[in-house]
Amino acid sequence: MFAYIVRRLLATIPVMGVVALFVFSLLYLTPGDPAVIIAGDLATNEDIERIRAKLGLDEPFHVRFFTWLWGVLRGDLGISIFTNLPVTRLIGQRVEPTLMLSLCTLLVTVVFAVPMGVIAAWRVGTWVDRAVMAFAVAGFSVPVFVVAYLLVMLFSQALEWLPVQGYKSMSEGVGVMLEHLVLPSIALGMVYMALIARITRASMLEVLSQDYIRTAHAKGLATDQVLIGHALKNAAVPIVTVIGIGIALLISGVVVTETVFAIPGIGRLTVDAILRRDYPIIQGVILLFSLVYVLINLMVDISYTLFDPRIRY
Amino acid sequence: MSVAAVDVPLTPPASRLARIWEFLRRHPTIAIGSALLVLVVMTALFAPYLGTIDPQALSPARRLRKPSEVYWFGTDMLGRDVYSRVVYGTRISLVVGLSVAILSALIGLAIGLLTGFVRLADSIVMRVMDGLMSIPPILLAIALMALTKASVENVILAITIAEVPRVTRLVRSLVLSLREQPFVEAAEASGTSFVNTLVRHILPNTMAPLLVQATYICASAMITEAILSFIGAGTPPNVPSWGNIIAEGRSIFQIAYYIILFPSIFLSITVLAVNLVGDGMRDALDPRLARRM
Repeated sequence: MFAYIVRRLLATIPVMGVVALFVFSLLYLTPGDPAVIIAGDLATNEDIERIRAKLGLDEPFHVRFFTWLWGVLRGDLGISIFTNLPVTRLIGQRVEPTLMLSLCTLLVTVVFAVPMGVIAAWRVGTWVDRAVMAFAVAGFSVPVFVVAYLLVMLFSQALEWLPVQGYKSMSEGVGVMLEHLVLPSIALGMVYMALIARITRASMLEVLSQDYIRTAHAKGLATDQVLIGHALKNAAVPIVTVIGIGIALLISGVVVTETVFAIPGIGRLTVDAILRRDYPIIQGVILLFSLVYVLINLMVDISYTLFDPRIRY
Repeated sequence: MSVAAVDVPLTPPASRLARIWEFLRRHPTIAIGSALLVLVVMTALFAPYLGTIDPQALSPARRLRKPSEVYWFGTDMLGRDVYSRVVYGTRISLVVGLSVAILSALIGLAIGLLTGFVRLADSIVMRVMDGLMSIPPILLAIALMALTKASVENVILAITIAEVPRVTRLVRSLVLSLREQPFVEAAEASGTSFVNTLVRHILPNTMAPLLVQATYICASAMITEAILSFIGAGTPPNVPSWGNIIAEGRSIFQIAYYIILFPSIFLSITVLAVNLVGDGMRDALDPRLARRM
C-alpha cells in the first residue's frame, strides 16, 4: 500500500512536467509575437519591450524554461504584468473564497446527488426514476451561468431570501458566509450533481441485480440496510471515481460562478487576468488547478481500498 | 433524421419511411432531440427572414426597451434588438459546436490510430495526453485564448485542442481492444494487408463510439464557447454570440433580466437537443450500455 502511494506520487511528476512545459511553451507556440498580443492594441513600443523583458522573451527557450521551472518549484510563479506583484501572493490572497465555495459545492452535491441516484435505482422505471434522469439530462444541458441567473432572479430578486452577490469571509461570521454561498454552490453544483446522480443510479442498478442483494432481502434485512449497507457500499467505486473526475467541472465552473456572484476568488482573478492579458497569472492558476486535480484523483485511487477490500495494491 | 428522408431518392418509398418512423418511435429521445435540432438549424439558416433586423445596428435612442410587440426580446444597452441578436447567435453556436466536433473527432482519430498501432509513439503521445487531460478543458481554452486574438476561428481551435486528448484516449482504447478480437487476428493471419485491416476491420468498428463522443463534444463545445465569451475570452464583442449577449447583460441584469434570459433559453434548448440525440444514439448503438445508463 505504502509503496503504491509512493509510486503513484512519483507518477504525477511527469504529468505535472507536461502541464508545466505546455503552459510555458504556449507563449511561444501561438502565432504572432506574444509580447505584442499581451500588450494589447493601445500599447507603445516601450510597453512591448517592457513586457518582452519581463517575460524573458529575449532569452533562448530552454534557458527561460528551466529558470521559470526552478522558480515554480520554489513557489515562485513569476510577477504579474499588470500589478507588478508576485503571482503566488495574488493567488494566496484569493484562496479562501474559492476553497469555501468548492467545499460547500462538494458537500451540497454529494448530499443531494448520491441519494437521488440511489432512490432512482431502487425505484427504477417509476416516475421518481424518470424525474431523476430528466434532471440529469437537464443538468448537463443548462450552463452554469444560466442556472446562476435563474436562481438569483428567483431567490434574491423575487423572494428576497438571499443576497444577490458578494462574499463574506469566515472572519465575518460563518452564518453570513454560508448565506452568501448557498446560491453559488447550487449553481456551480448543478452539472456535477447531474453527473454523480447518473453514475450512482447506473452503478446501483448493476449491484442491485446481484444475488447477494436478493439474499440480504430474503434474510429479512430492512430496505435501507440493504440499500446502504450492501448495495451502496459495493457501488461506491465508480461513484467515488466520478466525484474525482468531476472536480474538473467544478474547477471550470468556479471561474464562471465567481464572476456571476462577484466572489473575489481565484476564478475572478483569472477572469481579470484574461481581460488584462496578464499571462503569468493565468499560467499560475492553471498549474495550481491542475495540481489540485491530479492530487484529488490520486486520493480517489487510494480511497478505493476503503470501499472495496478486494482491491489491493 | 426526417430531413434525410425527404432528400434521399426513395427506392421503395413506403418501407424506408416506415423504417425511419419505426426507428424514431422506438427511440423517442432521438426523435425529440432531432426535432428540436431541426428547429434550431432552420432558425440559423433562415435568420434573415425571421423578422430580424441587423443584429449589429446601434440605436441609442431606443436603449433598454422592455420586450414588446416591436422588440420581442427587448433592446440592449446600445439599442440593439436582442431578438435579432439571439436569432443570429444560433449560427455562431452551431458553427462552433459542429466545427469543434468534426475537427476534434478527426484529429483524435488520427492520433488515436497512431498510438494504437505504433508502440514508440504510444508512450510519448499518451504522456503528453495525460498531461493535457489534467488541465481542466475550459482553463486550457482560456490559456489559448489569452494568447491569441479574439475570433470565432481561434475559439474553435482552442476548444478543439482542449477536447482532442479525450477523443485520442477513446480511439486508442478501441484500437487496442479491437486488435485482440478474433476477426482482426483472423484477417491478419490470412495475410490481409495492414491498410486493408485498418480500413475494413478497425475503422468501421470505431465509428459508432466516435460518433456518440462527437455529439457530446458538440454539446460541450457550445457551452464552452458561451462560457469563454461570457468571461471575455471568446468571440469578439461585436459578434452576436449567445455568450456575448449574456456577458453584455451581466452588469445590468437587475434592471434588464431579458437580455440574459432569452439567449440562455436558446442555448439550453440547443445543448439539450444535441445531448438528447447523443443519448439516443448511444442507446441505439449499444443496447448493453443503454440498460446500465
